[in-house]
Amino acid sequence: MLSMRPERMIKLAVKNLSQYKLRAGLTMLGIIFGVCSVVAMLSVGEGANQEIQEKIQRMGSRNILIKSVKVPDENMTAGGKRNMIASYGITYTDADDLTRFVPNLESSIPIKRLYYDVQFKARKLQTDVVATVPAFIRVQNYRMVRGRFLSMADQEFGAPVCVIGTRLARMLFAGFDPIGQTLTIDSDTYTVVGIVGDIAQSELAPQNELWLEGENQSVYIPLRTYIQKRGDYFTQWAEGGGTFEKIELYELILSIDKQENVVRAVDAVRRTLKKNHKKEDYSIVVPLELIRQARETRRLFNIVLGSIAAISLIVGGIGIMNIMLATVSERTREIGIRRALGARRMDIVLQFLMETLLLSISGGVIGLIFGAIIPMVITATTNVTTVLTFKAFAVSFSVSVAVSVIFGIYPARRAALMDPIEALRHE
Amino acid sequence: MSEPIVELKSAVKEYVNGALRVTAMRGIDLRIDRGEYAVIMGASGSGKSTCLNILGCLDRLTEGSYLLGGEDVSRLDDDELSEIRSKRLGFIFQSYNLIPQLNVIENIQVPLFYQGVPESQARDAAKKLADRMGLSSRLEHKPMELSGGQQQRVAIARSLVCDPLLMLADEPTGNLDSKTGHEILELLDELHAEGKTIVMVTHDDNIADRAQRVVRFRDGEIISNDWKGASTA
Repeated sequence: MLSMRPERMIKLAVKNLSQYKLRAGLTMLGIIFGVCSVVAMLSVGEGANQEIQEKIQRMGSRNILIKSVKVPDENMTAGGKRNMIASYGITYTDADDLTRFVPNLESSIPIKRLYYDVQFKARKLQTDVVATVPAFIRVQNYRMVRGRFLSMADQEFGAPVCVIGTRLARMLFAGFDPIGQTLTIDSDTYTVVGIVGDIAQSELAPQNELWLEGENQSVYIPLRTYIQKRGDYFTQWAEGGGTFEKIELYELILSIDKQENVVRAVDAVRRTLKKNHKKEDYSIVVPLELIRQARETRRLFNIVLGSIAAISLIVGGIGIMNIMLATVSERTREIGIRRALGARRMDIVLQFLMETLLLSISGGVIGLIFGAIIPMVITATTNVTTVLTFKAFAVSFSVSVAVSVIFGIYPARRAALMDPIEALRHE
Repeated sequence: MSEPIVELKSAVKEYVNGALRVTAMRGIDLRIDRGEYAVIMGASGSGKSTCLNILGCLDRLTEGSYLLGGEDVSRLDDDELSEIRSKRLGFIFQSYNLIPQLNVIENIQVPLFYQGVPESQARDAAKKLADRMGLSSRLEHKPMELSGGQQQRVAIARSLVCDPLLMLADEPTGNLDSKTGHEILELLDELHAEGKTIVMVTHDDNIADRAQRVVRFRDGEIISNDWKGASTA
């Protein structure tokens, strides 16, 4: 039973705390720093997490990505005899074998990816040229902004058409409607039939250092068209001569029907490629595994963060206990007076707990405000993504209040258990 | 006027002080009736302070019984004693014992605070008493800004705010100069004249002369209990 009304207890607590403004402020600092650092850390962590998740999701959680990798070849320089043709990477045979042996395969997307000068009228820039099949758009998280993607007919007839990314459309065709225009890819001409954009469409895309870098700055052309025009050899002129490279496929995206079948499919991919290749001139990226790794990393991060948060909040709590013990012993006489005038033990406990609570709540609120400002400043000044979540607010605030109340109980009880006669005699 | 307010029967109070067992009250019988003004005297260690603490329900008897206004309070627990203190008793201390961070009007209200009396009502009651004590112009002052006499008036107002059955005063003039002390004593006389029951502890024989009755303590026992009938004025 409360004999005092809550609002009057709060008023009393405010009055008592305002007696010791400096002390109350210093005590709150512990809680402010604790809450603030927890919120700021959580939001930076959450930002990093979302960024990674977004990148991985864009690769598709049901996809397996295989990429050709150039490995140092002893034959090329052995015995002083220069072998001018370097042949490596994923072959058409690999693609056929994989289609046959990988279970639950939904589609297989072969890709040639090269870097070329792309020109429209007088404007020219270097960008990614992706030669692929119509199904490509289905396994990527892209959406058509205008026009259409490559069609089966384009593929069948080797049509000289292309689809361009939104960023490229902006950079190359400023002031023109790109659809129906003709652009030149290293002396071959293509007609633009569509514009494709990222689903995320975020401005972060250009900085993406993962595999699909600058995707919406790319040009997409039919694979058949490219092979007809250029074949599988790639010539690179360097100082003192050139190298020929034969790469059949630069990338191969395998799309599996369901997420739970991905792991089994990856095993089949590894087996098949191991059989076909003497050297490991390919790499396999499984976004699903990356997601799992990201989750594991995040879990670890949360544990570390949780420990830091717990320590800082406990330190704050001890600070509060310390101050409240000092306050209680300073106000021994007041406690005696109140007891003599009819305050029960519970009234005294509540009086001091209310002061603790008020300190921790105000400290918590100030901490939350700073905790929200700091990530904003970080984002504004360093380009690091931060995400403020309600969860971060709720967790740090409630933990700080809980901790300080727990640490406030001991001083409050000590005050309440004083003998009123002794307390009245206290000088 | 023979309704008993205080009845101590074979009251024994022992306490342990380190390894020492001290008997502060050795089977005391004491009756104080409604409207009486009694003074308790005795050397330090005579048991008079212990007796005042018992009467003030700040402490409990080891043996015997204490009836306050006919109610046996000697077996009550801590919470129940707190309630008795807040509703039935008024305390006046030698060092005033006001709460430093509260102003005059707030200090007077403290006992009502613990009875859950609504604030506006408590404020009215406190203001009335402050007026009576001549403190109308000092309502918002903190105790530190008042003279000793004024502080003791605040304390008296506070002791009256719950209309107590019994007023207990522990050397109320001990910290005051004789003129101010005299004023406080006159105030107490006035309250007595209005029918308040007052028990006061003092060293001062001059003060004792004002009371109807003087109870003298020595070594935990009452050695004299003098009625002076209708004396002094």
